[in-house]
Amino acid sequence: MATLEIRDLHVTVEADNATKEILKGVDLTVKQGETHAIMGPNGSGKSTLAYSLAGHPKYTITGGTVTLDGEDVLEMSVDERARAGLFLAMQYPVEVPGVSVSNFLRTSATAVRGEAPKLRTWVKEVKEAMERLSMDPSFAERNVNEGFSGGEKKRHEILQLELLKPKVAILDETDSGLDVDALRVVSEGVNRVRETGEVGTLLITHYTRILRYIKPDHVHVFANGRIAESGGPELADKLENEGYEAYVKGGASA
Amino acid sequence: MAEAQNIPVGSTTAGAIAVAAEADSTVATRMSAPPSFDVADFPVPHGREEEWRFTPLERLRGLHDGTAVATGEGVKVAVGAPEGVTVETVGRDDARLGRAGTPVDRIAAQAYSSFESASVVTVPKETVLTEPIRVVVHGEGGTAYGHTVVELGAFAEAVVVIDHTGDAVLAANVDYVLGDGAKLTVVSVQDWDDKAVHVAQHNAIVGRDASFKSVVVTFGGDVVRLHPRVHYAGPGGEAELFGLYFTDKGQHQEHRLLVDHNEPHCKSNVVYKGALQGDEAHAVWIGDVLIEARAEGTDTYEMNRNLVLTDGARVDSVPNLEIETGEIVGAGHASATGRFDDEQLFYLMARGIPEYEARRLVVRGFFAELVQQIGVADIEERLLAKIDEELEASVA
Repeated sequence: MATLEIRDLHVTVEADNATKEILKGVDLTVKQGETHAIMGPNGSGKSTLAYSLAGHPKYTITGGTVTLDGEDVLEMSVDERARAGLFLAMQYPVEVPGVSVSNFLRTSATAVRGEAPKLRTWVKEVKEAMERLSMDPSFAERNVNEGFSGGEKKRHEILQLELLKPKVAILDETDSGLDVDALRVVSEGVNRVRETGEVGTLLITHYTRILRYIKPDHVHVFANGRIAESGGPELADKLENEGYEAYVKGGASA
Repeated sequence: MAEAQNIPVGSTTAGAIAVAAEADSTVATRMSAPPSFDVADFPVPHGREEEWRFTPLERLRGLHDGTAVATGEGVKVAVGAPEGVTVETVGRDDARLGRAGTPVDRIAAQAYSSFESASVVTVPKETVLTEPIRVVVHGEGGTAYGHTVVELGAFAEAVVVIDHTGDAVLAANVDYVLGDGAKLTVVSVQDWDDKAVHVAQHNAIVGRDASFKSVVVTFGGDVVRLHPRVHYAGPGGEAELFGLYFTDKGQHQEHRLLVDHNEPHCKSNVVYKGALQGDEAHAVWIGDVLIEARAEGTDTYEMNRNLVLTDGARVDSVPNLEIETGEIVGAGHASATGRFDDEQLFYLMARGIPEYEARRLVVRGFFAELVQQIGVADIEERLLAKIDEELEASVA
């Protein structure tokens, strides 16, 4: 069973000619089939955790370890991490002019699967996955994220999640900027992947709203660069009622 | 009414829109001497003239100062034409030479004053070719001056592919004469060896209701400096000027364009895109569009985009639009130079795509839209393959 283990992770970023520590010792274990929600106020470091795991060059790892099934993730390049089974659904997916969605998806699937998918089954696979996400077939011929609405960008991220079948999926604020209909469609997509039992999900969010659609097994409160509290789904209810205030104060005085 | 757009990104992009009276046209007077067929009418440039200020004169191997002497077997030219096309080699006195335009700088005039024989390719009126005319210009290591004329009679349609390969020091003029209603697509590929120097003026005269499409593709050479110029012989003409260049370490690739809207109700669309990589890679793009006072109903747009893949490369991009009448359909220009976007690279790599493959996707994507407009399938394929080759060389 695939396991992502994060131990005492410290991460810094260069900003305004100064080095700032964002992650201050994160410990977390995500197993295949589990869903973990990471919740926290703005600026707590949630997205830094997501991008650091994916290997974004902006972030420097200064301490700790990350392993996927015992393999050192931090030693891997960005593309190696993806091929090892890590997937990051991004909060702000990037436009890639001149590269069509269909070309992008096929190139990506070829890289992750280690061989080019057979054309006939591939076309069917993509078509069905797009239908499930209520995406128009013409979408495949558009350029990656170019001119996409917020909802289209997120559907496109979840489409990739469904096609690439990672071991561990990190969803970085996938719910932000979505109306209720789009949120439902996107959540259903995530749930289909979860129901296979083959993916560990790390759901990063600011709001409890998405947890009505995607039920986590574990909820972690992220504050001041580390996990401040962990619990079951009931912790989300507490946050819904009380907000992050207690953790922000606690973080500031710590 | 005129609308214009200018998006300078990067410090070497500059643009101007001028509304000028006919008398003080800056596009027409930016040349340091008036057009002439005689090289003696042009002083030897010193490099500070408007038209030479971006060009490394010392690398022109004497083309600009009269010291480049033609050698016997400088360049071999072979023309392959389908049935119905006339291909002739003619002397300097042939009346069909020089009708599409007059040399506007010293090297073009040097070429016109120095060539010994010219190639004249004629497609008779109403002849519609299904196969391209292929012109192969192969440098044999020498110095040469050339002149080529491609003439289409009324309602004739043709595609001409001109390939430049090998090593040479070449200065040339190319004339395109389009009869009324004719359709000509010309693809000029500069795939020279590393040391080649190629300077040429392309003159097109577009007949009434005729369509001219020029595709300039520059990959190789030490210095390539091309000057496509278009004017119209009657109303209703259309010109599309497309360009694609891949400027490598140490290369100087300069494309200067002029579209002279001298007739009413004509269209022009200019799109040049370039990628640069390596130290001292230098691309220059000058896009001059002049809408003369009588050219009512003009519709024109010009655009230059550059993708800088590595540090050390330099782009100078200067669009100029000069409008002498407000009675037009539209006029605009845009120029942008951007760096390779690391966020795009991260996004693609985060989907398992290796770095080299990700760069390839982005650069192919950058050129793809333009390549698709060429409309000659085997050329499109070849260009994409060539782009891959250029990228591979950069990784190696």
